Amino acid sequence: MSAEKINLTLKVWRQKNSEAAGALATYTLRDISTDMSFLEMLDVLNEQLLLTGEEPVAFDHDCREGICGMCGAVVNGRPHGPERETTLCQLHMRHFKSGDTLVIEPFRARAFRVVRDLVVDRTAFDAIIQAGGYVSVNVGGAPDANALPISQKNAEQAMDAAACIGCGACVAACPNAAAMLFVSGKVSQLALLPQGHPERRERALNMVKAMDGQGFGNCTNERECEAACPKAISIRHIARLNREYLKAALSGD
Amino acid sequence: MHVVRRFCGTSVGRKYIMAASGLGLALFLVVHLLGNSTIFFGATTFNSYAAHLHSLAALLRLAEIGLLLFFLVHIAFGVTLFVDNRQARPQPYAVSTSSGGRTPGSRTMFYSGLVILALLLFHLITVHFADDHGAISLLIRRHFANPWIAGFYIFGLAGLGLHLSHGLWSLWQSLGINHPLYNNLLGRGALLAALLIAGLFMAMPLLGLFWDGFLR
Repeated sequence: MSAEKINLTLKVWRQKNSEAAGALATYTLRDISTDMSFLEMLDVLNEQLLLTGEEPVAFDHDCREGICGMCGAVVNGRPHGPERETTLCQLHMRHFKSGDTLVIEPFRARAFRVVRDLVVDRTAFDAIIQAGGYVSVNVGGAPDANALPISQKNAEQAMDAAACIGCGACVAACPNAAAMLFVSGKVSQLALLPQGHPERRERALNMVKAMDGQGFGNCTNERECEAACPKAISIRHIARLNREYLKAALSGD
Repeated sequence: MHVVRRFCGTSVGRKYIMAASGLGLALFLVVHLLGNSTIFFGATTFNSYAAHLHSLAALLRLAEIGLLLFFLVHIAFGVTLFVDNRQARPQPYAVSTSSGGRTPGSRTMFYSGLVILALLLFHLITVHFADDHGAISLLIRRHFANPWIAGFYIFGLAGLGLHLSHGLWSLWQSLGINHPLYNNLLGRGALLAALLIAGLFMAMPLLGLFWDGFLR
């Protein structure tokens, strides 16, 4: 299938810095190849802006192959755009029609401060991971793969949870700006693996405390997070986080 | 006090409180529905059910106090969670589209909750604490013959159905019960139960409004 050329109207959130008030600015793009990725389309926009002497739109990106978790913006109300299980960098312009208007906004949450334009500060996620998203006990050297006392089923589920790239789309999609899916991914992954067991109690308590302390909202089971997650992480992991938390909260110090 | 603080002060703890109090209220609804279904069998059966229920006196008071506690907890936590969650996103999106997870019930939990609260207060004032010493069937018959009152009940019960359509599934997820083996059953069961509970309750004002033989 050969590439087509489409024309687009973009309404992009422009904000100079965290303190400045932002607003949507309207731009017209012509002859965008449908083979381009969404970020390449933004590159074209920025080249156009540079020619007219306007500041380019700031947006986060790194690997551009859907595995690093750096990119992400809300396109017409949906984090990472309309395609399921797809990061913004892997979203291609063939999913849009000529004449479409795209409203592009940053991930919005109290815990995600806008740094500039579409760039948000997601260090709140780092703070949550620092509170317990690791194994710090000595589990010995790397054992023989088949010597690990773990079932295939648990290994698969842990792997599903570990697929989280920490992009923040779950928070952006959540009507309450809750970070429950992100936290549950890490808690679940480590709760399913033997190496995570010695610290599972502290992990559940501390990561939930850190999450609440960062100003995220509360989960009300709207299920928007799993629908928006580019890695299709299931809310089944949130249920596991709830169980982990309950067990930890009810047991003594 | 650690445990209390962990439950009242954290997001996951408050989730458990909402789910557990919601489950308690749902169980009350089922019992209330079963009891009130005697309405469908005529005035004698219904009045006899009411008399038997009230003869439980002390036990009934105890249940009422427990129920009040569940209501207060569910409302207090529901309202604070709603306010907290609004503050978690100070700048709203210019365009807001569902990614496919939300349902009409989940979107409107707070508002359907308010509708239920309004119905509950009205019901308590005009039925439970009514200064009426006649037969209960006469009071209910008189109430439901009034199109305004019957209409308000029907509206309130529609709100209840909407609330339950999300709540009866959501509470299991909050309690940590989620498994591909029975997720379908829980989801569909919740919808069916919501429809059944709201529908059977709603049949009472509907019959009262349109059927001359209601509670005769």
